[in-house]
Amino acid sequence: MKILLSILREMADIPADPDTVADALNSLGLAVEEMVVVGAPVEGVVAARITRMEKHPDAAKVTRCYVDAGDGVERHVWCGATNMSEGDIVPLATLGTTMPNGMQIARRAILEIDSEGMLCSEVELGISDESSGLLILPPGTQLGVSPFVALGIEHDVVYDLDLTRNRADCWGHLGVARDLAAHFGVPLRGPRIDTGDRGGAKSLRVSIEAPHNCGSFSLSCLSNVSVGPSPRWVAARLAHLGMRSINNVVDASNLVMLELNQPNHAYDADVVSSFRVRFAKEGETLTTLDGQTRTMNADDLLICNGDSDEGVGLAGIMGDLHSEITDATTNLALESAWFAPDPVRFSAQRHGLRSEASIRFERGVDPHGWVLGAERFVTILRESSPGATLHAGATFETTPSCPQPTTVTMSLARMNALLGVAVPESRVLSILDSIGFSPSISGDTVTTVVPTWRPDCAQEVDIIEEVARHFGYDNIGKTVPKSTVHGRLSHVQQRRRLVRRVLVGMGLDEAMPSPFLAGGDLPRVGITEENALRLANPLVADESILRTSLRPGLLKSLRYNQSHRAPSIGLWEIGHVYPSSGQQLPDETEQLAVIVAGGDAETALTQWNMLCDALSVGAQLDQSRVPEGLHPTRSATLARGKKVIGVVGEVDPLVLDELGIEGRVSILEVDLTVLLTEEPKPVQARDINRFPSSDVDLAFVVPDSVPASTVQRALRQAAGKRLVSIGLFDVYRGKGVPDDARSLAFRLRLQEDNGTLTDAVLAEVHAACVAAAEKSGAQFRR
Amino acid sequence: MSDADSPELSQLRAALSDGTEKVRAAASTDELRAVVSALTGKKGAIAAVKSSLGKVSDPEQRKTLGAAVNDALTELSAVADGRLRELRRAEFATRIEAERVDMTELAMSAGATRRRGRMHLVTQATERLEDVFIGLGFQVAEGPEVETDFYNFEALNMPPSHPARSMWDTLFVESDVEGSVVLRTHTSPVQIRVMQEWPPPIYAIMPGRVFRKETPDATHMPVFHQIEGLVIDRGITFADLAGTIEAFTKAFFGAGFTSRLRPSYFPFTEPSAEFDIRRPDGSWIELGGCGMVHPHVLRAGGLDPDEWSGFAFGFGIDRMAKERHGVNDLRDMYSDDVRFTEQFS
Repeated sequence: MKILLSILREMADIPADPDTVADALNSLGLAVEEMVVVGAPVEGVVAARITRMEKHPDAAKVTRCYVDAGDGVERHVWCGATNMSEGDIVPLATLGTTMPNGMQIARRAILEIDSEGMLCSEVELGISDESSGLLILPPGTQLGVSPFVALGIEHDVVYDLDLTRNRADCWGHLGVARDLAAHFGVPLRGPRIDTGDRGGAKSLRVSIEAPHNCGSFSLSCLSNVSVGPSPRWVAARLAHLGMRSINNVVDASNLVMLELNQPNHAYDADVVSSFRVRFAKEGETLTTLDGQTRTMNADDLLICNGDSDEGVGLAGIMGDLHSEITDATTNLALESAWFAPDPVRFSAQRHGLRSEASIRFERGVDPHGWVLGAERFVTILRESSPGATLHAGATFETTPSCPQPTTVTMSLARMNALLGVAVPESRVLSILDSIGFSPSISGDTVTTVVPTWRPDCAQEVDIIEEVARHFGYDNIGKTVPKSTVHGRLSHVQQRRRLVRRVLVGMGLDEAMPSPFLAGGDLPRVGITEENALRLANPLVADESILRTSLRPGLLKSLRYNQSHRAPSIGLWEIGHVYPSSGQQLPDETEQLAVIVAGGDAETALTQWNMLCDALSVGAQLDQSRVPEGLHPTRSATLARGKKVIGVVGEVDPLVLDELGIEGRVSILEVDLTVLLTEEPKPVQARDINRFPSSDVDLAFVVPDSVPASTVQRALRQAAGKRLVSIGLFDVYRGKGVPDDARSLAFRLRLQEDNGTLTDAVLAEVHAACVAAAEKSGAQFRR
Repeated sequence: MSDADSPELSQLRAALSDGTEKVRAAASTDELRAVVSALTGKKGAIAAVKSSLGKVSDPEQRKTLGAAVNDALTELSAVADGRLRELRRAEFATRIEAERVDMTELAMSAGATRRRGRMHLVTQATERLEDVFIGLGFQVAEGPEVETDFYNFEALNMPPSHPARSMWDTLFVESDVEGSVVLRTHTSPVQIRVMQEWPPPIYAIMPGRVFRKETPDATHMPVFHQIEGLVIDRGITFADLAGTIEAFTKAFFGAGFTSRLRPSYFPFTEPSAEFDIRRPDGSWIELGGCGMVHPHVLRAGGLDPDEWSGFAFGFGIDRMAKERHGVNDLRDMYSDDVRFTEQFS
């Protein structure tokens, strides 16, 4: 929302310094996004008459102008514009002038003929954003004076405010001026009003047939209007505020909206003399001022000509193209209404048409601001149409939905308790008074009457905020609550951090790919898409599926790195997956996935074992069921009883081939919700057993069909309580061992709890172990 | 040599001198060991003197001679130890020379240059923030990323079709009731869940992933991270909010930094504020939003606004990482490109 300092200062005697005002705006919560100084006079630019013009045969695109700046010296200036004639008075930037864009005016030659200055356009002078050719000054302009003085151009400041959703009132200068006046402790004057003599009573009829959507509808009559151009200051202010000058009537209407947050529309009263507010008929069309013909539905509200029932405006949004006033218009019906915010917003959304009016209606305008609006309208209009007369007897129809001032009470004690500072009672009252809340006090209770321009203030806490805002957030102290809570990470959070550190310690980098997948991404890595949720409004089609696995994202990141000459990287991710649960919310769980380019099954198992060691957890390796997407003969599931908590091994080479990934890729996927929530008991220390121990090495030929774990389990059981540890220390395939088998060598460390192992016992254990292993399918190698 | 020297003493002296010479002449540890055992063994010259002790009748003389024998043995042993060290050093010198490596070359080997993995910058920033808030007495709460409309909007004082909902470009998840399931647009829904699940007083931060329907650019990502703070206790004030923001500012950024609050608007807090951090050089960083928890929100969380009050604050985590490391483009931070990742040890 753009705000002009000049208008603010007309409404209240706030400081002239732009920075002081900007600081005040910021401290009031009216954040200044940008501050631009406009219309600053350019030193060295003077009004000059073009005495004669010549063309040079070798310079078709420029004209030689001879100008008189009132000092008796004829200057020669080259000029590229074409809109000037001999006798015109134009702005001349004399030699040495610094233009607003920083350009220095120096003697410059074309075809070796010097130019002694530059004739200027409005853009070059920083007066306007657009211009076509030179600025032609009014005929009687005194030569040698600054065109800024001649035109009465105001040196002004435009603030672009980033308004919060609650401050409907600040969509007009009046709301901003009210806050600033309260802030600086000066009275709020409001806009300058000079209505001239009022005409006799004149009323127009309106029937409101949508009482919930239209709360009020006012019609003020004006006569003796002559439509023509606006005064320069009106056009300039509109331009600074981002609107174009159309004619004096439309401009006055727009300026009233910008100044007072009071959208309004001027109809030719000889064309539309009665009004009807009704819902549109399904399929009814209206051509809005922007030239678009729009098809209505039954929720759109129309302002209609009461006689013909034809639409003259899409209520709260935009007028009808064919109901515009014309140059011949002399009588006006100035309409100003209150339309319910939500329906206007929905209607504007449906039509993709956010207008200056709809922006204001959907936030809330003041239904009681129409009188001031009409008076300001005629005040502005009379500057270019001095005979314009505002008639008494205006129409003001209301329905029960019309907002009325509301009474809101506030407890001083609760206010002070919430703010943590004791704001003096007198200060509370003066603040609320200065923003128009008409406060009164009785004991602890402050009663306010919230004006209709502040629809955001509806309850006690809203009033407290107003006091705090004007008291100044900086004047409220800084204390620290006396907490009885002690800060800490939860068990799960501590274990999650442990996992991160284990992975980082193994040289693996954390990745954070997008959780959105394209259709087909999941099946491509062996995972069903059936239980995946879809976005209803994805940004792009390629990101329309919510991941049910971290695998596709990590593999995508791996492939990306491989294609950028980083062939051997290890990546991990801890993140949520969102498979459908059949309930409202998905079965959202936290997962860990680790992949290593060039890694194999052993890589993944090393990572898993390291994590198990760190977290004091474990799981069984079940290689009898390998899920899709994993290498069928080099992978296993991680199972705890019947529950599968993850997979470990390698990615299916077929999957890698389809993704264009080279070499093997190890993979470990674990459901962290299981591993992190587990709370292993602290390990209890065992005394060191100082009796001598013995190592027994046993080698077996084991068919490939028998897992090593089976043999190990048999050995473990046979060795019994004397077994301290068992490890596989050698695997051999080749000569002396059948093709479909390998030799597995285990080392068992044995020890007695309360004495030295005897040879007899050792022999006994040895025999038992050999027997047990052979029973499990292994064949002892002597 | 005094006149009083007995023949035994002379003999001992000669043996010691001879022995010392032989020890010094030993050319290898093996030879040294043989020399020493020959000198000190039962058949050695010193042993011969020692064995003659019994024949000395004068007790005084015997005592002198005995002491001399012991001294001789000690001296010889010391000389032998010295020689042993010399010999071992010489013997190892060959091996040590043979084992010479270029340490600068080893430092470049694949093994020695294996680096530690990297945590994502966002994770690093999150952990740092968590640690600072834990120090300030906060606990860490978490919530789902796919949320219901109730938690993401309605409980936060934004009933259906509330205009303030347009402050967030929301990504919706397909569901039976259109629009009822969203990807959370902020971490604020966790506030409600915490109020419902944790008995007050509550001092909690809620870091996490959030989603907006935004086209990625240098400063915006559709998937990014926020951290939210919530304090609910008896008698919590706006001044407590300002003081907590200030304490965080100093703890996280440093003692030279200060904070200020500016009035703002959020549906779920009132009074609401933006908070800015002032750098020691006087420039400002606009960090996030905060405010006193709105009574409607307390009620949605199952708390009585007459008994409990509180404040909430929130800001972006990604930006903290971006600022700290001078990241120019957020998209790089989410590229998983190892050329970017590996920089941040």
